[in-house]
Amino acid sequence: MTTFFDKQLTKPLPFSRNLFSYGMGTIALLLTGFALLALFSVLFEIFRQGLPGLTWDVFTSLPAPTGEAGVPTGFGNAIQGTVLMVAIATLLSVPLGILTAIYLSEIGKTGAIANTVRFVMSILSAVPSIVVGVFAYAVVVLATLFNYKGFSALAGAFALAVIMLPIVVLSTEEALKLVPRQQRLASAALGANSVQTTFKIVVASALPSITTGVLLAIARVSGETAPLLFTALFSQSWIETLLNPTPSLSVMIYNYSGSPFAAQVQLAWTASLVLLGMVFVTNLLSRFVTRKR
Amino acid sequence: MIHQMSSNAHSESIVGGDRAWLDRSFAWVLRLIALAAIALLFWMGNVILQSALPAIAKFGATFLTSQDWDVNQLQFGALPYLYGTAVTSAIALLFAVPIGISVAIVTSEPFLPTWVRSPLGFLIELIASIPSVIVGLWGIFVLIPFLKPIQLWLHDQFGWIPLFSTETFGPSMLVAGIILAIMILPTIAALSRDIMTSVPSDLRTASMALGATRWEMIFTILLPASASGIVGAVILGLGRALGETMAVTMVIGNSDLISVSLLDSGNTIPALLANQFPEALDELHVGALMYLALILFALTLIVNILAMIIVKIFGFKY
Amino acid sequence: MHSSNSSKPTPTPLPTPDLALCARGVDVYYGTIKVLEDVSLDVYPGKVTAIIGPSGCGKSTFIKALNRIGELESNMRIKGEIQFFGQNIYSQRVNLNRLRRQIGMVFQKPNPFPMSIYDNVAYGVRVFSRPSRSVLDELVESALTDAALWNEVKDSLTKSALSLSGGQQQRLCIARSLAIKPRVLLMDEPCSALDPIATLKIEELIRSLQQELTIVIVTHNMQQAARISDRTAFFSTDESQVGRLIETDATAKIFGAASHSRTRDYIEGRFG
Repeated sequence: MTTFFDKQLTKPLPFSRNLFSYGMGTIALLLTGFALLALFSVLFEIFRQGLPGLTWDVFTSLPAPTGEAGVPTGFGNAIQGTVLMVAIATLLSVPLGILTAIYLSEIGKTGAIANTVRFVMSILSAVPSIVVGVFAYAVVVLATLFNYKGFSALAGAFALAVIMLPIVVLSTEEALKLVPRQQRLASAALGANSVQTTFKIVVASALPSITTGVLLAIARVSGETAPLLFTALFSQSWIETLLNPTPSLSVMIYNYSGSPFAAQVQLAWTASLVLLGMVFVTNLLSRFVTRKR
Repeated sequence: MIHQMSSNAHSESIVGGDRAWLDRSFAWVLRLIALAAIALLFWMGNVILQSALPAIAKFGATFLTSQDWDVNQLQFGALPYLYGTAVTSAIALLFAVPIGISVAIVTSEPFLPTWVRSPLGFLIELIASIPSVIVGLWGIFVLIPFLKPIQLWLHDQFGWIPLFSTETFGPSMLVAGIILAIMILPTIAALSRDIMTSVPSDLRTASMALGATRWEMIFTILLPASASGIVGAVILGLGRALGETMAVTMVIGNSDLISVSLLDSGNTIPALLANQFPEALDELHVGALMYLALILFALTLIVNILAMIIVKIFGFKY
Repeated sequence: MHSSNSSKPTPTPLPTPDLALCARGVDVYYGTIKVLEDVSLDVYPGKVTAIIGPSGCGKSTFIKALNRIGELESNMRIKGEIQFFGQNIYSQRVNLNRLRRQIGMVFQKPNPFPMSIYDNVAYGVRVFSRPSRSVLDELVESALTDAALWNEVKDSLTKSALSLSGGQQQRLCIARSLAIKPRVLLMDEPCSALDPIATLKIEELIRSLQQELTIVIVTHNMQQAARISDRTAFFSTDESQVGRLIETDATAKIFGAASHSRTRDYIEGRFG
């Protein structure tokens, strides 16, 4: 009897079953390796090609005219433009987004309006950013604002704000829902009205998570190119007014990527490094904000 | 607060008063903002529709079947772009689905120790945060040169298959599809992993307690149980692929001709919009581009609603 | 207590081919935390062995060490030796899939797979072989009959297993284990999620199964242990929160005249 079971327990599985297990394991690891390879290749190339061009000048200078050697070259105006447009987009979308999220979690809850808002927001977050750009083109670029008609920082910021809005709404609602119901009840039981309860208790205690959502939205739109291509367009000079074609890092990378001039391609790589740095730092910051709590 | 408390001490009524009024108007303001958020989507749809009307009136449904896109003659047909969008998205799914599911399995099942697994998931999701224009730049200077010999080899060996029947210049629909695959991979991988980790570990244990190996468990229990969620993730990935603009524009070669060969350059709806919108002046030209944007808008709307329905109806039962 | 144990030489495991399961000096750790110490327990073939004890005493952990399923769910490690019909199941050469096929398991919460009733029962069989449809049909019917479920489900075999009631689901899980004809069936509080009537059915089932099967059942319900088991093992924790086997004996003895005062206290409801 002993020998019978001995064989039973220590006998290896049939070849076909072992082959399946090892084969699938190998395939899955190999495919995952491909994905990692692509990621590392992108990061590596950006550092390899971008780092040599990273001098202080890139932050403080305009792109040098092609063919002129020895002149400081950079993309200070593009950084300025990206920061400016993302900032305006944040100012537009964050208050609206947070108020919408408050409506969803505190008032609308599972009602028809609230569910429609959620549905519309998740649809909106999936609308291709180029379509948002087209929309901003029709609404802002083709309209006359303050006696100006045409490509502008305002148009670009509007497009970015539309992209940010659903991200802010959906992440803020998640953050608000995490605040325990007892805290709301306790506040109400002390005689606070709904405005006080909402802002002093609910929003206050959800603030770190809300900040995380906002930072993620900022990280996401900082790198957007498609919605800026024909709203903000591009320019080679410093920004003086919101109502003029405005440069941005992402559009600059696109424009220079196909350039026949090595100096411009070099700028594109360095700009990629700077842009990626900005995006990653914002991403890391968003994690840091919630971790502290 | 103190002031209110003291007034409360004297107060005679607990109904009405300015507080109730405040509460109600607060609710109304928020409701209006929420309604505005809903209106945004309809506004967007309507604006694009209105701008597309000149082209819709002129070309109607033949827009979808015509191959001519001639800015000088003001003749516009969308077929090459519809075709290019469909082909590149299909290639993207072909690569991204198996890789995405593999990543999901590797990062959710304990094949690797935890200290390898958790950064792995984080790294793959990092791809999603790289701006697509940067991926496009990498595509031009790294991926195209890397894939060129492979594409030439495909043509040499399999040139008799129509799909590989032309010699490549470098940029091609195949390269665009592969770039797209990289870009939608994090979507598919992250969502599939979320679905898989929500399958109760009880079921895994029960399966392996009956003598199944881990891979047998994955194929007989885990994948069937999360199938609808994975399909939803794939469709969401498809939605992203359809609308992805920059990286594709930079590597597809932007040709306006339909070619069966994947090694030929092509064009997609978003790529055409990115290329022509800044220079579109004529109303009909803008209209035709808007028409394309409308089609893209409708397509992504349908695809995303489909994904939601699939996840909801055939959703996980646990 | 600790020092005496650690200085004690590890008992030489006897060749015990006649015992279904035989644990000798088993310590169980989660990571570096010791949760069970020095458990030596014999499980006789064809008998029902109940494991009782206060919550947190490690009884579930112990049963999960018996088919090495615990190491799937967590970083569980054991020291000591566990023999299954005379051979060490923690030997390097043991194939876990074959081991688990021999030692089936039923879990606390019914966990049928999200597939049809038929496919649930056939699952384990299909993992190891590709029988013809008629053979499979017979196996499924006999397993469901043995699990006292056949009459209730014979007309709805293609329906989802999730449509069954909790008690039926648990009997389905038992049938699923029986279909691959294990020598031992481990049951980890199989009735804890069930109502009294469903519990009664499972108890009757356990009684009827013991003819051909060795059963080890963990239960927090002492009446249940008294009703269905031939032998009972009582686990408890000491001050250091490490679980240990206090005593094991015939069920009648444990519930009548347990030799250990802690066992008597527990059974009379003085703690736990």
